[in-house]
Amino acid sequence: MTYFSANHITKRYASHTALSDVSINVPEKSIFGLLGPNGAGKTSLIRIINQITGPDEGEIIFRNEKLSPHHVDQIGYLPEERGLYKKMKVGEQALYLAQLKGVKRHDALKKLRYWFEKFEIQAWWNKKVEELSKGMQQKIQFIVTIIHEPNLLIFDEPFSGFDPINVNLLKEEILTLRDKGATIIFSTHNMASVEELCDNIALINNSRKILEGSVKEIKKTYKTNTFAVEFQSNESIKPEILPVGATLNNLQPSDDLMRATIQLPRETGQNELLSALMQYCTIHSFNEIIPTMNDIFIQTVQAAGNHNPNA
Amino acid sequence: MNKILLVIKREYLSRVQKRSFIVMTILGPVLMAALFIVPVYLSQMSDGTKRIEVLDETGWFIKSFENSDRFEFRMVYDDLETAKSQLQKDKGYALLYIPRPTASVPASAVIYSEQQVGLELKSYIRNAMAKEVENQKLGAEIVKEIRKSNPNYIAAPDSLERQTKLSEEILKNIRTSIELTTIQLGEAGKEEKSFVEISMVVGMVAGIMIYFFIFLFGAQVMRGVIEEKVSRIVEVIVSSVKPFQLMMGKIIGIALVGLTQFMLWVVLTLAIVTVFQTTMPEMFKKQDATAAITGDARIPADAAAMIPQQTEESGNQMQQVMEAVSSINYVTMILSFLFYFLAGYLLYGAMFAAIGAAVDNETDTQQFMMPVTIPLILSIVMAQFVINNPEGPIAFWFSIIPFTSPIIMMVRIPFGVPYWQMALSMGLLVAAFVAAVWLAGRIYRTGILMYGKKVSWGEMWKWLFYKG
Repeated sequence: MTYFSANHITKRYASHTALSDVSINVPEKSIFGLLGPNGAGKTSLIRIINQITGPDEGEIIFRNEKLSPHHVDQIGYLPEERGLYKKMKVGEQALYLAQLKGVKRHDALKKLRYWFEKFEIQAWWNKKVEELSKGMQQKIQFIVTIIHEPNLLIFDEPFSGFDPINVNLLKEEILTLRDKGATIIFSTHNMASVEELCDNIALINNSRKILEGSVKEIKKTYKTNTFAVEFQSNESIKPEILPVGATLNNLQPSDDLMRATIQLPRETGQNELLSALMQYCTIHSFNEIIPTMNDIFIQTVQAAGNHNPNA
Repeated sequence: MNKILLVIKREYLSRVQKRSFIVMTILGPVLMAALFIVPVYLSQMSDGTKRIEVLDETGWFIKSFENSDRFEFRMVYDDLETAKSQLQKDKGYALLYIPRPTASVPASAVIYSEQQVGLELKSYIRNAMAKEVENQKLGAEIVKEIRKSNPNYIAAPDSLERQTKLSEEILKNIRTSIELTTIQLGEAGKEEKSFVEISMVVGMVAGIMIYFFIFLFGAQVMRGVIEEKVSRIVEVIVSSVKPFQLMMGKIIGIALVGLTQFMLWVVLTLAIVTVFQTTMPEMFKKQDATAAITGDARIPADAAAMIPQQTEESGNQMQQVMEAVSSINYVTMILSFLFYFLAGYLLYGAMFAAIGAAVDNETDTQQFMMPVTIPLILSIVMAQFVINNPEGPIAFWFSIIPFTSPIIMMVRIPFGVPYWQMALSMGLLVAAFVAAVWLAGRIYRTGILMYGKKVSWGEMWKWLFYKG
């Protein structure tokens, strides 16, 4: 079921177009990856969802309603450019930000106490933010993002600035939030975490959406029917023995085994290849090569052209 | 609406709790109180008695001036020119000339002196003369009142006169102000007008205060906006509140800080002066110099300060009524000060907020600050011309144009400004700040989300037309 959708969003600034006719659909209780190179328009889209700016064209539907100001309290946003008041005390500040999201002071105190205990940071309550390390500040920031228990969470590069231990802590929290029923939009350049966390993605390049779908489906579409084989053989295998239309690549020895990647034509099944090979050699491993999100990202963006790394 | 209150609360509390605010709050009144106390103290140890010659053509004031160890009054009966040359020959301090009145009662006097005449002396003369004229008028009114019921009444048994009550309207009419001109006698006996009128001092002080407050608190708005932008917290906040709410919350919060500071100054200054007066009554009793200095100066703080003193010395009901009448002026003064402070601050505060939003750090603010502050600086420069000619065209136009009116109008108010001019000036100022807030809001909401970009005037102009 669609929880949130952006329909034909266009946003123009004086000198350039940040988004042109972008539509996305975010299913309920899932993690949605918003991907794209720098300057593609991700942040513009996120700001529109947060109602920080408005679109020039198009509309946003949030739980079957047109997005309107009263929705801000149901959205939690962790921006990429994040920060806190440096001179303000941690507890006071968390309380202020929670109240700005419409949480009553009393409830906010209770919830903050829970989260501060969970992250074992109670001792920071009366410290000024400037006394904390960057990683510590990020934790506070994460807590204030989710303190009002929003239904829709938007994380823009949530893992930057965290050490691996805290990255894991955060990932667990994000998955827990989803399991509890939150819908999460997740923008990142870290493709490994996309594969790990995201159910669906949209890829934006140069203000246009160029790819959208579930991670599984996309990977399936980008498969090239290529297989990696490790085998033992006295003689090198010749292309003639392979099924019709197959191409043999990267044939090379590895330790006492031979290794090769073989791409089959679309209509040929892998069993055909296996039975052909079995007559000539002993097979040690046989894997289908599935493209990583990283490959897909690079491939699609380059195919779309106009990639401007400096934008 | 609830959220803007939260923003206001944070902006207010975070500033009021700052050490610098507390230091300023204490230091300000100490300095101001010193301004009132030190002259009194100095006058105690002054260099002997000054002689003032009095040429009274009316004959009303022969007994009005009392000698003290500061001033000695001596009546002279020559004509004016002789008296003037006599003064220069005798090295007297000043000559007070009270001409025969053109109307029924004396209402003006001239002081001739070689030096600048001190405010203390001028206030004393003015008060003494006013008191005398008022007493005379009062006596006449009472007799008039008694004659209504007793036409043959001639002389006055004291008790009967005391029992007579006069209507408030008559009491108001009795209130007299004396026009005192100071003419400085030059070296060659040339006469120059000198300008040490109390209203000038009050006007100038009020103008400078407004200038100072607008600058001080306007810059705080700008710094606050830059702080939010640099620390990047602004993006978190604008996902909860509208940028306009954030901006207005900040501007209003800081305005309240300014008002708090101002009120605390007034209250603490009064407290310090009062404490001094009660702990060292002998210093103030004899001459009541503070009252003399501040008596006419309708600076809010002092006007309030003088009331308890005077009621003390004369528990007379009549005098209290007069006090109430005389306080009208200071009420106007304090109300217009509050208005021009708030409206002027809102106008400039909004512009400062827009500047803060457009830049990345304080050093970049220079190019934008210049045009915004020019009207302020211009007003403070023009204030000196205005004070010499508070009715002239410069005074008029600068007190009507919104960007300069907060300062220039405050300079003019002690001299009396026609109501229609006040209304026009206030109306235009309100319109200007509404426009400024609106424009600033549009620049602000775009600017706060732009990082690492040198912004030009042209760019800011474009921001005005961005949608949503």
